[in-house]
Amino acid sequence: MTGTLLSIRGLTKAYPGVVANDSVSFDIQEGEVHALLGENGAGKSTLVKMIYGLVKPDSGTMTWQGDPFAPPEPRAARATGVAMVFQHFSLFDALNVAENVALGMENPPPMRDLATKIRSVSENYGLPLDPDRTVGDLSAGERQRVEIIRCLLQDPKLLIMDEPTSVLTPQEVEILFKTLNKLKSEGTAILYISHKLEEIRALCDHATILRLGKNVGTCIPAETTARDMAEMMVGDTLHTPTRSAKDGGAPVLEVRDLSLASANPFGTRLKNITFTVHAGEILGLGGVAGNGQDELLAALSGEARSGSDTITVKDAPVGHLGPNERRALGILAAPEERLGHAAAPDMSLSENALLTGAIRENLTKNGFVDWASTTSFAERIISAFDVRTPGPASAARSLSGGNLQKFVIGREVLQNPQVLIVNQPTWGVDAAAAAAIRQSLLDLAAEGAAIVVISQDLDELMEISDHFGALNEGRLSDIRPAIGLSIDEIGLMMGGADASEGAAA
Amino acid sequence: MIALEKRPEPSRLLAMGTPLIAVIVTMIAGGLLFAALGKNPFEAIRTIFWDPLFGEYAFYYRPQLLVKGAPLVLIAIGLSLGFRAGIWNIGAEGQYTMGAICGAGVGLAFYPSESVLIFPAMVIAGALGGWAWAMIPALLKVKFGTNEILVSLMLVYVAEQLLASMSLGLLKNPQGFGFPGSRNIAEWDAATSWIAQDYGMHWGVVAAMIAVIMAYVLLNRHILGFNIRLTGEAPRAARFAGVKPARLILFCLGMSGMLAGLAGLFEVAGPSGQVSIDFNVGYGFTAIIVAFLGRLHPVGILLAGLLMALTYIGGDIAESQMGLPAAAIQVFQGMLLFFLLALDLLTNYRVKFAVKGAA
Repeated sequence: MTGTLLSIRGLTKAYPGVVANDSVSFDIQEGEVHALLGENGAGKSTLVKMIYGLVKPDSGTMTWQGDPFAPPEPRAARATGVAMVFQHFSLFDALNVAENVALGMENPPPMRDLATKIRSVSENYGLPLDPDRTVGDLSAGERQRVEIIRCLLQDPKLLIMDEPTSVLTPQEVEILFKTLNKLKSEGTAILYISHKLEEIRALCDHATILRLGKNVGTCIPAETTARDMAEMMVGDTLHTPTRSAKDGGAPVLEVRDLSLASANPFGTRLKNITFTVHAGEILGLGGVAGNGQDELLAALSGEARSGSDTITVKDAPVGHLGPNERRALGILAAPEERLGHAAAPDMSLSENALLTGAIRENLTKNGFVDWASTTSFAERIISAFDVRTPGPASAARSLSGGNLQKFVIGREVLQNPQVLIVNQPTWGVDAAAAAAIRQSLLDLAAEGAAIVVISQDLDELMEISDHFGALNEGRLSDIRPAIGLSIDEIGLMMGGADASEGAAA
Repeated sequence: MIALEKRPEPSRLLAMGTPLIAVIVTMIAGGLLFAALGKNPFEAIRTIFWDPLFGEYAFYYRPQLLVKGAPLVLIAIGLSLGFRAGIWNIGAEGQYTMGAICGAGVGLAFYPSESVLIFPAMVIAGALGGWAWAMIPALLKVKFGTNEILVSLMLVYVAEQLLASMSLGLLKNPQGFGFPGSRNIAEWDAATSWIAQDYGMHWGVVAAMIAVIMAYVLLNRHILGFNIRLTGEAPRAARFAGVKPARLILFCLGMSGMLAGLAGLFEVAGPSGQVSIDFNVGYGFTAIIVAFLGRLHPVGILLAGLLMALTYIGGDIAESQMGLPAAAIQVFQGMLLFFLLALDLLTNYRVKFAVKGAA
């Protein structure tokens, strides 16, 4: 904890039409955990890409322990001592852990030595991992460990982590934090990017906050409230979703003993899923990614069909119906993957509005598309959900992740669903947009819709759900009232333990 | 250093402009090729692109443009529907042949009647023949998951054998002095597809125009066309939108088979005139190029079909008048496709010239 490791002065990077970083300056000390905070599009990724040598700054300088530092490519950055764990893993499912690690190294040692090394590093840092296992079989948390170990084998002085906890259970987060603290005590500096303010408060020594590409302030997270940090990030006072108390309505969506094989060979089989959602209720389903979330959404949206009686809506069997027949009955869904699943990237917003809106909004006549109504439906979504875009003729892929998410959720909410199923409604969405999306779900529930929110963001689930359940390896835990659940109980539910035992004890 | 950067949105200007640029670049590169062969490049380019349209003997070549262009456009329109959805019918040549055999067979069964119903009956039989031939790969794909590319392609060779057998057997002209091939249908008034032979006008030209318009309406105004485009661009989103893949496969393959069958029928009842061993000359394969040259867009296909017909006719003239080798003409046509597809990249990407080492 002595000198400055990396000093950044006036870094600027402009892309056509947008300044991603506008003379950003800050210092990272040796052996500190430094948080980089900011909304989506604030310029965090561009900044770390410049440190990692993936992007060259237009102007500004970096100094590494007093020497000029301008990595022309990631290899040079790695040689200096910078390592990075990306938000999206770059691993091959069909290879084992050691092979994946070897692929990311400059001069990989023979496989047997590497396996030994992986074992020793994983024990040293409390990251249990078997080098012989196939990556396709690993959980998201274990995959992340592969990436972290790949970095640690390079003995980095600065470890950059991009949203590392978004895919982890609370227990896995704890393990990760222990590892990071151990690294820190050994003098490794960590640049930690996250949206999750409570985490940053628990872990980080300093925080730099970016907004619209500018450094808008630094703070010591432990001494600043999460709300203050959020407001620095957004540059505005935050609107917290409000819930109105309501009494339980009639049961709307009932799922009974739903078992279904996944369409994807690395997918998860759904096993005996049973739950009921009442009118006006939001059921939050947590769980680590890859435990059956996609499969459950497909089964509820109609993309995957099951026995007619396994899913009923207001006592009408719907399990055998396809997506459009379910839409006609008011059962709507918004999948997790925005580009390519919820929306077609190269098609315009109007065309994407037609994608799910054709039936309920009466956008076709005798099969012919009524483009005028379709465009006005798209315009309604854009204005009601504050989607930032030049207009309905823009291609879906030209929107930022958060804006497209608002469009995708808005498209379903505006169709007045009786049942709405959403998967990861605010993934990668900035704080203000996330609050707006959550509020719209709460409003929809207040109007009497039954809503299922599948998410990996526990804070989000606790904020909006009435009841909570967790998916683990395709099984659903008991459904319990969300109010009064402790993080430990949630962790047990996500881990697949019978939560009622924990409660009884 | 040259880098490619993805555009946030495809450039509309370039989507329209690149075919034109491609033609110009092909003229330059082709000109160099012809010059290397010791021919005058300007004369060669003029012979290929100008003479068929405006040269001294243009009155003879212009009708050829319609005759050669119509089947290409008709088949390519059908293929483009499937290609848009990622359904690859490579066997249009076979469906074209089957349409001709079925249509001609139905007609010849009534020879020498002069009933007005004969030509319509032939049209229906031709369409059904092509449709049924395309249903084979379609049903196999839907039921057993076979690869439609292989099945449709292999059926081309089956159709060729059938064609040979028909022209030597069942459909052979009884008054043909033992020569292989059927009666001449084009000279039989009740069955000919010619409307005005001197102008190259036959019912295939009309059908091609109708197909262009119908395909345009289908793709841009109808939910089925939307589903076709959606399936091609984002298959997962298409399933989410409730598109049933099996139905789409049956429709797209059936439609392309039907249009290829029609093209075969109009050809056999007009320009070709008879069912013979060498009836099929590769329109079904060239139409694949036309479909892509026209960017799978109906209007683009219309223009591409005419351009392709032009290079064929112009190429023939250059071969006979200037003594250019046939291979050089084929290279020239290949260049056209190559440059078009290469420049196509620019609609979605922009080229960035960056000086290496700049901070």
